[in-house]
Amino acid sequence: MLIYLPIAEVSVNAFLLLGLGGAVGILSGMFGVGGGFLMTPLLFFIGIPPAVAVATEANQIVASSFSGVLAHLKRKTVDLKMGTVLLIGGLIGAALGVIVFNYLKSLGQVDLLVKLCYVVFLGVIGALMFVESLNAIRRTRKAGGAPAPRRRSRGWIHALPFKMRFRTSGLYISVIPPVIVGILVGVLSAIMGVGGGFIMVPAMIYLLGMPTKVVVGTSLFQIIFVTGFTTMLHATTNYTVDIVLAVLLLVGGVIGAQIGTRIGTKLKAEQLRILLAIMVLAVCGKLALDLLLTPAEIYSLGAPGGGH
Amino acid sequence: MRALALILALLGAPALAEEVVLGLSRDEVAITTRFDGSEILIFGAVKRDGPIPEGSELDVVITLAGPSKPVVVRRKDRRFGIWVNTDAVEVDAAPSFYAVAASGTLSEVLKEVEDLRHKISTERAIRSVGAPETILDSASFTEALIRIREANGLYKTLEDHVAIDQQTLFRTSVAMPANLTEGEYAIRIFLLRDGNVVSQGASTIDVRKVGLERWLFGMSRQQPLLYGLMSLAIAIAAGWGASAVFRYIRS
Repeated sequence: MLIYLPIAEVSVNAFLLLGLGGAVGILSGMFGVGGGFLMTPLLFFIGIPPAVAVATEANQIVASSFSGVLAHLKRKTVDLKMGTVLLIGGLIGAALGVIVFNYLKSLGQVDLLVKLCYVVFLGVIGALMFVESLNAIRRTRKAGGAPAPRRRSRGWIHALPFKMRFRTSGLYISVIPPVIVGILVGVLSAIMGVGGGFIMVPAMIYLLGMPTKVVVGTSLFQIIFVTGFTTMLHATTNYTVDIVLAVLLLVGGVIGAQIGTRIGTKLKAEQLRILLAIMVLAVCGKLALDLLLTPAEIYSLGAPGGGH
Repeated sequence: MRALALILALLGAPALAEEVVLGLSRDEVAITTRFDGSEILIFGAVKRDGPIPEGSELDVVITLAGPSKPVVVRRKDRRFGIWVNTDAVEVDAAPSFYAVAASGTLSEVLKEVEDLRHKISTERAIRSVGAPETILDSASFTEALIRIREANGLYKTLEDHVAIDQQTLFRTSVAMPANLTEGEYAIRIFLLRDGNVVSQGASTIDVRKVGLERWLFGMSRQQPLLYGLMSLAIAIAAGWGASAVFRYIRS
């Protein structure tokens, strides 16, 4: 069934959009990532104008994250205190990111820089996670099924001032590292047009030492506000939020997210991480190939005065 | 006297003797939620004061053009092993949709001079004033624009696509794709003899969003803040709704 999108001004199959929303929603629920880093390139691929895809995707992430966070709240796997600290950093970062984005746009190479950002970050994070979870699985096997106890690093992070107790995460650390993580993720998510979960989740696990169980819900909690902020920014300045497209994606997405959350609780943390790592690496590989291989069409069309 | 009359007839006759009477299958295209492209039937007749001129065949060329907008055409080049946008040319005005249908091969029915004067072929319908001095092959950018839009079904050259009966009645059909831009679409009809335009006619088709499409589009432009808040509210309601449904199913 073809449906005409009023803002994107293209006609697409409604079931295709529902399916895409559902598939990405499952991943979102399983891993606590918004799924923007997968959905946005997929939307380009089916012919949605990039500016509309990025803005609408932000709106759709709000919906799937909200649905996901409710499921996590019910199981008490959201660290609201940590989420708020990250969010403060995230909003500062998003505002900084928009400034950086507009500066790059004035240089005329924003498209390339966004793609390079994707390749570099997805590549590094994917590789790190993959190696780490592979080692964890091997350790578990050697120990005869009993999970190896995680040793928390007692390094420089614990020497910083402004310590705060995060009861849900079982942490007593300074607020400086989470704020910095929030700012960095905010900057990157504004530049790359994604929720930032795929950076946030590993940063929470490896930098802050939060338990994997709490990480997913907390990341979703923070993502809702950052992407909500982005949606408003796009709707009021670029007029590129397509509500019909968003509704179709989120109907699929919220159902997928619920299923994903259930699957996520059944899998072991290491398995979850290795699956996410493989996916991150696959998207990274695809984007890298696009930059390296000779494109079929070396010309592209755009509207004058920016946009990508 | 007789020679003078003949000269007058030769000069004046082609311009006056044949005139276009035009008909359209519809004068507006409504873009609804289920819009999936549209086919326009353009037909008409040639009105004459005298008999059909002998010695040459009548040819008809019909063009249908969407609103013109400036377009930036960018070209990628390999830099440090990766493909980067390097050169860009701004085309001052390119129609968002352009179809040209002819009763024969365009190069045969239409003289170059007439094409230049009336801007009939796709290449001529695009206005490109000039490229930056650093770009020497600006023509390849215009070619790329046409190639990309042809691939998207937005530009078409329909040769041997106008049917002519008895040198009087003509008709053609133009398929418009789903990804249309709103606006007034201009139709031009040219009657040609020996490659020269002997008469022309014009009309327009209105392409407009209607109903829900119109309302949402208007709101996103006129009340963007409200539109943004509505989008968020719908998103959160859907998120909460799905969660509630799943809770209900599980309990």
